Amino acid sequence: MKSSQVTIENVSKNFGDFFALKNTSLTISKGGFYSLLGPSGCGKTTLLRIIGGFEMPTDGFVYFDGINVLPLPPNKRHVNTIFQNYALFPHLTVFENVAFPLRLKKNTEAEIKRAVQENLELVRMETESKKYPRQLSGGQKQRVAIARALINKPQVLLLDEPLSALDAKLRQHMLLELDAIHDKVGITFIYVTHDQAEALSVSDQVCVLNKGEIQQIGTPSEIYESPANEFVARFIGEANYIRGKITALADAEHAVFESPDYGKFTVYLDKKAPIGSEVAVTVRPEKIRIALEKPSNLPIDVNVLHGTVEDMIYTGFQTKYFVRISEKKDPLIVFRQHVQYFMDEKPITWKDKVCIWWNTKDSFMVEVGK
Amino acid sequence: MRKNYGPIYVAPIAFWLCAFLSVPLLITLSYSFLTKGLYGGVELKFSLAAYKSLLNTAVFKVLLNTIVIAVASTAIMVALALPTAYYIARSQVKNMLLMLIIIPFWTNFLIRIYAWIAILGSNGLLNNFLSAAGITDAPVQFLYNQYAIILVIIYTTIPFAIFPLYSTIEKFDFSLIEAAMDLGASKTVALWKIMIPNIRTGITTAVLFTFIPTFGNFAVPKLVGGTSSWMLGNLIERELNITRNWPLASSFSVVLTSVTMLAVLFFMRSQSKKEL
Repeated sequence: MKSSQVTIENVSKNFGDFFALKNTSLTISKGGFYSLLGPSGCGKTTLLRIIGGFEMPTDGFVYFDGINVLPLPPNKRHVNTIFQNYALFPHLTVFENVAFPLRLKKNTEAEIKRAVQENLELVRMETESKKYPRQLSGGQKQRVAIARALINKPQVLLLDEPLSALDAKLRQHMLLELDAIHDKVGITFIYVTHDQAEALSVSDQVCVLNKGEIQQIGTPSEIYESPANEFVARFIGEANYIRGKITALADAEHAVFESPDYGKFTVYLDKKAPIGSEVAVTVRPEKIRIALEKPSNLPIDVNVLHGTVEDMIYTGFQTKYFVRISEKKDPLIVFRQHVQYFMDEKPITWKDKVCIWWNTKDSFMVEVGK
Repeated sequence: MRKNYGPIYVAPIAFWLCAFLSVPLLITLSYSFLTKGLYGGVELKFSLAAYKSLLNTAVFKVLLNTIVIAVASTAIMVALALPTAYYIARSQVKNMLLMLIIIPFWTNFLIRIYAWIAILGSNGLLNNFLSAAGITDAPVQFLYNQYAIILVIIYTTIPFAIFPLYSTIEKFDFSLIEAAMDLGASKTVALWKIMIPNIRTGITTAVLFTFIPTFGNFAVPKLVGGTSSWMLGNLIERELNITRNWPLASSFSVVLTSVTMLAVLFFMRSQSKKEL
């Protein structure tokens, strides 16, 4: 199918005094799987509705392949939407739901039959065509919604939290299926979600939004491994924050960092930070190792801290430890996998004095939030 | 085992319906087959006289007139109530708007009909305005015809169409309209093809709630209708109070009730077929 590049240029939207979107610009490449990620109220749905034509921006432009589409109503844009609640028509069968757009276009019965059959096969729902939406499970409704949204051969498909009504297992499954459908039809997918795991697992590009402003645009690994700011770091996955000051440069890539609560250690300069600048060094919990005693053979480029296990949460595939280092600050979070080959490792439990360490390259810096 | 309290719960309403609906209906039905008493009432002697006198063109004309008025008023009421209910359901101040529709009910039904006479009468508000504006020379006769009856019936009965429609439209999921527009429908087409089929129960209720009271209405045609625009209710009243032919009055009632029931059954049947 034909797909389009979508360009958002300086788009703003306010509802009275409330700014849903502030001067937003981004480009979504042809055939990409693009996610708009953020907490509720961040403006992601507003942006999607502007692209779909359900909302007019207060300011700015929306282009499909260079053509301004703002003057066009939703039914004149080559865009279709998959709604959060599926929005299947309850009084029509699966077949008629999918056929609805073609009946509006007054296609012949034979054409309709062929196209509906084809699209229902794409989502593997061809055997359920005579059922009514109320007779379908959540996942099946979702598939019918996809089949219906694709029948007009849109160049861009908008997905508004399409999996939020499904249970966790099914969500995983549908996500893979969406990815497969995306590969098959090859059109641009714009996916709105508040679930970072969904966004990271299927997207080519992720745009993180908060309070109507773009926080970061990047590939899933860029977003996770080097968040642009504290908001992104906190929103995507879990992270430990160590606030302090750069006091000296160690070499071209490393600097000496001093924190009043955690002490002095070396940090990797993933971005420029002059001496004296206040930063937060951020480490993901899964990058930190934990043990009762400091191993004797640790390499030199690690930072080591000592603390006490304050709390632990067993989650099956790993245990989450809360290690108190400083009385004044929140404990650091450390994940530990349960694998038998760490034979020398002794079990760690509440109140144990522990040693934690991480490679200097596994931390990143973000500016200190106000 | 759980005790079944069902019969206890329905006992009061069952008693009520028996005493004040079924029994009176049976009495009416049996009266229609009895002989007319000399000064009203009935004599306990079987007779088909009442039904024989039904078969005359004057009665038939009244029946036809009743059907025309009831169907026309019902159609107009539902047609007017739909956009009204839609507007209220989509409004920010729905409670206030619903209140505005309820407020006229605080005034007595008959007084509201007399108010219309004051407006439409030959010396009424409308005629005074028209002659003052120089549009008419002599008063126009607005009252005492079918149109006056339809107008006043609509005025008094339309809330019964608005409320059921409002309650279904209010529950209707308007994201379906967005979905239809997303799939290529204009707003009008989306409302027509998606909203209307999904608020059918409301439409059915609105039709029944307006058709039934309209078909049996007698106060409105008595006050604002002329002798040429009589409805069945007026015939019943005349036979009961003036001519005092109770069997005939009963047979009219039987006809009125049967036609209403047939119409309702027919309508509900045609609606339920569309549901799956």
